[in-house]
Amino acid sequence: MGLESLLNIVYILSAITFILGFKLMSSPVSARRGNIISAVGMGAAIVATFLFPEVVRYQYIVIGMISGSAIGLLFAYRTPMTGMPQMVGLLNGFGGTASLLVAWAEFIAHPHQSYFGGGILWLTAIIGAVTFSGSMIAWAKLEERFISGKPIMYTGQRYVTMAVLAGIATLGVLFAMNTAAPEAAQFLGVVTILALLLGILLVIPIGGADMPVVICLLNSYSGMAACASGFIVQNNLLIVAGAIVGASGIILTLIMCKAMNRSIANVFLGGFGSGVQASGMEVVGEIKPVKADEAYLMLEAANSVVIVPGYGLAVSQAQHAVRELMEAMEKNGTEVRFAIHPVAGRMPGHMNVLLAEANISYDAMVEMDAVNPTMETVDVCMIIGANDVVNPAAQEDKASPLWGMPIIESHRARTVIVMKRSMGKGFAGVENPLFFRNNTRMLFGDAKASLQALVNEFKGGGA
Amino acid sequence: MEVLVFLLFILVLSIFLGFEVISKVPSLLHTPLMSGSNAISGITVVGAMIAAGLGEGNDLAAMLGGAAVGFAMINVMGGYFVTDRMLNMFKKKDK
Repeated sequence: MGLESLLNIVYILSAITFILGFKLMSSPVSARRGNIISAVGMGAAIVATFLFPEVVRYQYIVIGMISGSAIGLLFAYRTPMTGMPQMVGLLNGFGGTASLLVAWAEFIAHPHQSYFGGGILWLTAIIGAVTFSGSMIAWAKLEERFISGKPIMYTGQRYVTMAVLAGIATLGVLFAMNTAAPEAAQFLGVVTILALLLGILLVIPIGGADMPVVICLLNSYSGMAACASGFIVQNNLLIVAGAIVGASGIILTLIMCKAMNRSIANVFLGGFGSGVQASGMEVVGEIKPVKADEAYLMLEAANSVVIVPGYGLAVSQAQHAVRELMEAMEKNGTEVRFAIHPVAGRMPGHMNVLLAEANISYDAMVEMDAVNPTMETVDVCMIIGANDVVNPAAQEDKASPLWGMPIIESHRARTVIVMKRSMGKGFAGVENPLFFRNNTRMLFGDAKASLQALVNEFKGGGA
Repeated sequence: MEVLVFLLFILVLSIFLGFEVISKVPSLLHTPLMSGSNAISGITVVGAMIAAGLGEGNDLAAMLGGAAVGFAMINVMGGYFVTDRMLNMFKKKDK
């Protein structure tokens, strides 16, 4: 058996470790081990590639390895848990960039390509470029740096996008027909620029709270880009790994869309939440604000408390304060659970990570479908920085833009305490009738400060 | 052409396998799942190394390959280490 066959066997083993890694992620007990196994497989694949007979020049590889690893480690340890959506967004973009560069390197090294080879170069360049520029916009929107998180709409948006798509397709045909022609490089160059533009055009009309969907889809694209570059270098491992990442992103995208009761098309046409939408239902009742001491008395008397965290919790970095309150309540004999909506936060599972960071046991985190049937037995449901995901209009008001969206049915709890900065509307721009209900009390102010005040009440025994 | 059909075969099987495996990951772990996916999409590093290491190719191609190695390695290192950091936080507390 030759060296090359042996190295290909290493690739197969690497593919197995990746699959095993994902499989072990089905439980938080084994997930960490799975990640390590997968990392070992990645290391083996990199070592094997070094040994390939075609690989004879090492200087650029070594420079890339060292600088990339250093930046990666810096990201991994310097990013706060609240910044995870941004980090994943950036990494999606870098994955796309790597594939785009591989496509260009291959084209420059081997300009004589078959129709299929040309087509695959074209496809890899497009997916890579769209992933890169789309991810950068998504990152900027999440950071609210350079551009606002609000949807950006202009007239003729769809026509511009269609014109760009037509340009990419036409030039793609011209490029793939003759990759060795002198003008082929210009064709691929313009395709790359148009694809970069397309990524920007696709993400700017999408609002901040729809970013979970965008991040998931771009995650999928980065996998597809790796998969396409696998066809360029005819490597099984890239195809297997890329396809699994692509599938993973698609699954998460669908889960997010389902949790918002919207189609992918609806998310990507954009503009959701850009205007004030009319609701058919007249909101009745009045706001009943409370102070921390009154809220304390409710929590102190409760046997069962459910906390619904939202993006507001991440914004005010209140995860540690909420843990302290949880401990105080548990000491008081109260059962405390966290109900987590699939789209709470800015990416799937964001709230779980924040709560885990604050050392809250994952046993205490429950999914929406598990908590809803028990809501009637809950004494106090405390909502921290969430809005649309607890809006009863989704179930009661057919005219509401939120109609049909699955919600955490906090309004069915005996008492609801809503922690909120002000009476502002949620992302959807919809009034929340929950705030006006008889069993709802509003605790206005910064979530962290309010939680701290409640903890102090517990410590002082309410005195 | 035969190689191509074989690669397509691998692709189709991998997509099915991906859907099977990933749909079993609980929503609790979806953030580490995504950062872990980032790490694995860094597998492009293998293609990038081949592009950067070719002997007969020109310098520009090798340099682009080297840059691709860099970007892919950000994903590999950043992805695996941040995933490990996150998964290390998920604990079950004894009551």
